[in-house]
Amino acid sequence: MHVKRRARGLPGFGLSLGIGLSGLSLLVLFPLSLIAFKTAEGGFDSFVSTATSARAISSYKLSFGTAAAAAAINAVFGLIVAWVLVRYPFPGKRLVDAIVDLPFSLPTAVAGIALTALYSKTGWVGKHLTELGIDVAFTPLGITIALTFIGLPFVVRTVQPVLEDLDPQAEEAAAALGASRLTTIRRVVLPPLLPSVLAGFAQAFARGVGEYGSVVFIAGNMPMKTEITPLLIMTKLEQYDYAGATALACVMLAFSFTLLIVINALSAWAARRAGGA
Amino acid sequence: MSKQPKVRKTPAAIGVAARDPAWVRYSLIAIALTFLGFVLVMPVLLVIVEAFRDGAGAFFTAISSDDTLSAISLTALAVGIAVPVNVVIGIATAWAVGRFRFPGRSLLITLFDVPLAVSPVIAGMTFILLFGSQGLFGPELTELGLEIVFSPPGIVLATIFVTFPFVARELIPFWESQGREEEEAALVLGASAWTMFRRVSLPNARWALLYGVVLTSARAMGEFGAVSVVSGHIRGKTNTLPLHVEVLYGDYRFSAAFAVASLLVLSGVVTLVLRKLIESRAHSD
Repeated sequence: MHVKRRARGLPGFGLSLGIGLSGLSLLVLFPLSLIAFKTAEGGFDSFVSTATSARAISSYKLSFGTAAAAAAINAVFGLIVAWVLVRYPFPGKRLVDAIVDLPFSLPTAVAGIALTALYSKTGWVGKHLTELGIDVAFTPLGITIALTFIGLPFVVRTVQPVLEDLDPQAEEAAAALGASRLTTIRRVVLPPLLPSVLAGFAQAFARGVGEYGSVVFIAGNMPMKTEITPLLIMTKLEQYDYAGATALACVMLAFSFTLLIVINALSAWAARRAGGA
Repeated sequence: MSKQPKVRKTPAAIGVAARDPAWVRYSLIAIALTFLGFVLVMPVLLVIVEAFRDGAGAFFTAISSDDTLSAISLTALAVGIAVPVNVVIGIATAWAVGRFRFPGRSLLITLFDVPLAVSPVIAGMTFILLFGSQGLFGPELTELGLEIVFSPPGIVLATIFVTFPFVARELIPFWESQGREEEEAALVLGASAWTMFRRVSLPNARWALLYGVVLTSARAMGEFGAVSVVSGHIRGKTNTLPLHVEVLYGDYRFSAAFAVASLLVLSGVVTLVLRKLIESRAHSD
């Protein structure tokens, strides 16, 4: 490492890396490692029986299912929002662009109670949906809406820069060669956008699976029906069932780390595509 | 911001976009705005309307109650400690990662993102496993009469955990892309390493750093899941603003809950405006 430092000529490598690594180890990695440690302490059999209990399985299905549905909704609408923001002029565009970041600035608990009030049977939107026979609050549909709120900026902000860098000349060339607009979109515009849409989808999905604050209010939290995995972990902690809580946390962590690696790979792919376009 | 600076290619792009028939353009704009309206805008409007449902008097009573004020001060404490801690660690890490190449560098970058990939509930839970009464250091803490979980130190630790990567994530791409000439010149002219860093490197990185600070504060102020696990929900003692909103909501004091929530909306909007201001300043520099 000293060789590299001399070659670069800038000072402070050892000190800064030392501070960074100590902070990371003490404040993040050491606390997290306790989850694996505690699970191992409980033994393999108890891990399997908790992690595969009927209540746990139905919570995974709900958490992963609603997070995937919300991420898919965001992939479609996020792409449309990004497209409109980059390609079409309209009044108030800068405001709309700023609003997209709202979920990053608004506390999740606030989003949770607001969406619950909005989509409950007496809410502004919920009362019209109830007339149509659709219940949103306290159903998986409500959870999906909360996760859509949380995940939207991930897709828009990943797709938008790629779309901005897309050279319109390729589209003009396709049109000049006689391709219809639809063919141009399908064959020229969408392929370079695909990695960024997938990266945004994966980020929204990862965030949605672990999300707690915005979901607990709208979910209803009925075991086996509307109980997400983070809430089940919370319930086990409140009952001092630490072994059970850590077993579930282990399952979620394994999933999160896998997804983190996938996201990094997708982002690298998206960056290469954007650079090569 | 962490992305490469935006080059507005609007004139050329619009030339192509004009080939989309008007009905396509208008329908796509309508779809985008309707979607954003239902998912993002209406919840915010609802908070404001509900906050004043029982009148301005009830609103001010709710936001000036003792429990609200103590929630505000605990939130301020968490932000006030989490931000400087993460600024120091973030600057140090970004300097090492952004300015040098070394083995394990990309692993370190990935590990820094771990707090963003972990469910907040799990983040909070790790501190129960460490400092709870049955935790790793539980017996020692009890002996010393120290409380970390179910008290403010636990909330501060959980807040640091969930906001850990934000400063580093903004500074790393900045220092990766930034040239070294100014810093090398400072060194050649006899500046010490520290003087170079303080007088050249940091001032150049000010917008990226400020952006990271704004993101950190916003998340620290609004964190719910992680602090919910470690707080124990003791009113007037371990409730932050978002937790206080939950308690009021759980007590069916809806307009008070929305009144306190509106404070958080206000701070969220302020953060959003600050971010956009910093983005435009950074681009014009």
